[in-house]
Amino acid sequence: MSRVLLGIGYVFLYAPIALLVLYSFNASRLVAVWGGFSTKWYGELLRNEAILGATLVSLEVAALAATIAAVLGTLAGTALARWRFPGRTVFSVMATAPLVLPEVITGLSLLLLFVSTEQWLGWPQGRGVLTITIAHATLGLAFVAVVVQARLAAFDRSLEEAALDLGAPPWKVYATITLPLIAPGIATGWLLAFTLSLDDLVLASFTSGPGSSTLPMVIFSAVRLGVSPQINALATILIGLVALVVGLAFWLGRRR
Amino acid sequence: MIESKRLRAGILLPPYLWLLLFFLAPFLIVLAISFGETAIGVPPFTLGWPPSLFSWEILAGDSLYLRAWGNSLLFATIATLCCLLLGYPMAYAIARAPGRRRDLLLLFVILPFWTSFLIRVYAWTGLLRPNGTINEALLWLGLIEAPLPLMNNAFGVVLGLVYSYLPFMVLPLYATLEKLDATLLEAAADLGATPRRAFLSVTLPLSLPGILAGSLLVFIPAAGEFVVPDLLGGPDTLMIGKVLWDEFFTNRDWPVASALAVSMLVLLGVPLALLRRAFAS
Amino acid sequence: MSATKPRPRPSPATGDEGAGIEPGKEGAAPQSFVRAPPAAAASIVRIEGVRKRFAGTTAVDGVSLDIGRGEFFALLGPSGCGKTTLLRLLAGFEQPDEGEIFIDGEPMAGVPPYRRPVNMMFQSYALFPHMSVAANIGYGLKQQGLPRAEIAARVARLLDLVELGGLGERRPSALSGGQRQRVALARALAREPKLLLLDEPLAALDRKLRERTQLELVALQRRLGLTFVVVTHDQEEALGMATRIAVMEKGRLRQVGTPEDIYERPRSRFVADFIGEVNLFEGTPAGAEGGLVWLDTADGRLAGTGPSGAIALSVRPEDIEIATHRPNATNVVVGRVEGARYRGDDMVVHVRLESGKAVRATRLPHAPPLPADADVFLSWSPQDAVALAE
Repeated sequence: MSRVLLGIGYVFLYAPIALLVLYSFNASRLVAVWGGFSTKWYGELLRNEAILGATLVSLEVAALAATIAAVLGTLAGTALARWRFPGRTVFSVMATAPLVLPEVITGLSLLLLFVSTEQWLGWPQGRGVLTITIAHATLGLAFVAVVVQARLAAFDRSLEEAALDLGAPPWKVYATITLPLIAPGIATGWLLAFTLSLDDLVLASFTSGPGSSTLPMVIFSAVRLGVSPQINALATILIGLVALVVGLAFWLGRRR
Repeated sequence: MIESKRLRAGILLPPYLWLLLFFLAPFLIVLAISFGETAIGVPPFTLGWPPSLFSWEILAGDSLYLRAWGNSLLFATIATLCCLLLGYPMAYAIARAPGRRRDLLLLFVILPFWTSFLIRVYAWTGLLRPNGTINEALLWLGLIEAPLPLMNNAFGVVLGLVYSYLPFMVLPLYATLEKLDATLLEAAADLGATPRRAFLSVTLPLSLPGILAGSLLVFIPAAGEFVVPDLLGGPDTLMIGKVLWDEFFTNRDWPVASALAVSMLVLLGVPLALLRRAFAS
Repeated sequence: MSATKPRPRPSPATGDEGAGIEPGKEGAAPQSFVRAPPAAAASIVRIEGVRKRFAGTTAVDGVSLDIGRGEFFALLGPSGCGKTTLLRLLAGFEQPDEGEIFIDGEPMAGVPPYRRPVNMMFQSYALFPHMSVAANIGYGLKQQGLPRAEIAARVARLLDLVELGGLGERRPSALSGGQRQRVALARALAREPKLLLLDEPLAALDRKLRERTQLELVALQRRLGLTFVVVTHDQEEALGMATRIAVMEKGRLRQVGTPEDIYERPRSRFVADFIGEVNLFEGTPAGAEGGLVWLDTADGRLAGTGPSGAIALSVRPEDIEIATHRPNATNVVVGRVEGARYRGDDMVVHVRLESGKAVRATRLPHAPPLPADADVFLSWSPQDAVALAE
């Protein structure tokens, strides 16, 4: 019984994606009409400069945001896993709330912050890659912090004590023992933050400025108008890339 | 105890300051602006003293917002229940699968999470629209005579929410079910419980933490969702996240948008606190 | 019917062997030492009135202790008795709330673990999983800033010392439990500490390996002339390896002495009960005469040796004789046999005394069966009954 439902669940999860991939090769512009196999939408996609430009913006933002998130999230996760300190509750709420908080709230509030600080302090000058990156880094920080915290919770502290006992001062213990051992968690967190940033529409829409549209923003304005074969092609490429990366990671994980 | 005070401060302060600046401060500004008034200019609002309750009066006075709130809570609740009904058996089946296959099954639940959320919701429009795949197929089979209204209504919205947030239900459920000691069920069977009874009296109560965590992980973001009601919903299925978006981008009414954000934060504060507690234990 | 079996003898070290052993403040009556070195040089560790509290509990409660240079010192006690906390206080992972610790005459207050002339072998071994065996052993030397070539040479020597030559490039995960234990030992020895702390060093090994490793640890300690402080909950381990043992309970030292002192002359019910199997007869003092102390117990007036004013007598099962007729002995009690357990090299008989007290006594494994429905008589010599003052 539960196996049947498991099957239904997977069909539910994958059927729309499969159809999307199929239609990306449909020569016809109409959804339900099969006009023969064609790769013309891929050709059009590659000549669509708005999409190519937005892809570059998205990749830049995602790489920057994920890196900031990885650094700050690792520090935050360490603090949360290890110590009690004044304001710990506030800190832990702030560090983890973005995980589930509806993005419209975070997006609006960050935009209003940028507008206010620009008025009072003259920073940031306008909105664009920098402001989107800050927004995405704040979101990604939460994910990295959670992953790192979980990894540290399972961490054998006697390893750090052994290093101290062998004469390494605390910062050196953190650098030579703690960080290398939680590195897989940090890498997972970086990847999560990177993907979330690439995927995010709402935060980017609020915090972007003219000329800095991200890929999801371009996709959104296209699909709002209805089915777009070029977007089908783009989606197929994205899904293929993700499947490739995840499959590779899984295969490597198995081989170990 | 091991780390020096300076190292601790060096580790704690950067993320703390970042979050104070880019997470807490923005909320305080939102709170302040919700007591401002719209104006023509850049930025399109003014803050005065005494604080203006204008936006809050609009929020309380116009039934549009109340309906949007009602829809949000209703759709999120239904979606949570559907996710639970579908996600529990899935998590259960995965948890009982043999080792190697379990990893693969789990991977396939997580995989969609890594692909674009926006594109996955968009994929449904191709299936659900009046001339979409499902309707065309049903018409061709002669099962229906006119296309069924599958989107731009409550059905489409709930479907989209379930689809988007199903992995959030499956993963915490799997985590609790996987830890469940199989010998407990054997003990129950040994003591004369039928499989059905054993499930109801052992498995289900022990997986309650997972049910709670999964439900909250689905409910909270679903209630504030924007993309799903925008792409799959219609004029009658406004949700609060979509209303906020429209107030901000279409009406350029920043104070009302801010007041909506504050109201969301307050109303979702209860499930958020519950979620924190679920994770703490 | 005599059922005396030879007692387990701790292998190494009686008092006169360990040069310069200074008994602790609570130590047993000092035996005569041939050479008595000056106190400062004698004790490598001096613990003075140390107290350590954790939320709600006092883990170490006013411990004072001296450990001599070259000793193999065991901290023995049940889990939660504070022995591990005491070890961690020596290593510097915890700071005492009260009292002071001196290592080699230097006060250790405020000295972090990485500046102490002390190294520790962890119960879990705490081998760095992302480093090779050689890198693990060389980690401490690297922190000293030694040149690479010297580190390599010393690591090679240490690998030979623990008989792991050739395994330097392996990861710890590719080693057996026994090999890991040796890597942990070599790593802790690498910096030539003045004091080596060992937290349950044998706990993760299986039984056979544990016995062999006991001997190896003792031999190594002798050869290097180092001071070892080992924490253990296993009295056989402590008796078998240590030159001196401190028995702890609830954060306090209950008795400090040589293995013979602890085993043969326990001074409290706790120590007697913890070190091996004993029968305790509690009672009120009833005078002393002719080197014997008398106690009034629920099973009659019994005699033992020890301090006057004792409140209990401790008798080991192997010192009790069982007879079917009343023997002519100083200490005789009467009871009925409840059952017997065959243990291979002996048999444990459970006897219920008239007072209701349960007593265990051992017999030879093939001794004729005892009647189940008639009284039996248990007797033991006053010399085998240790009078306990607390």
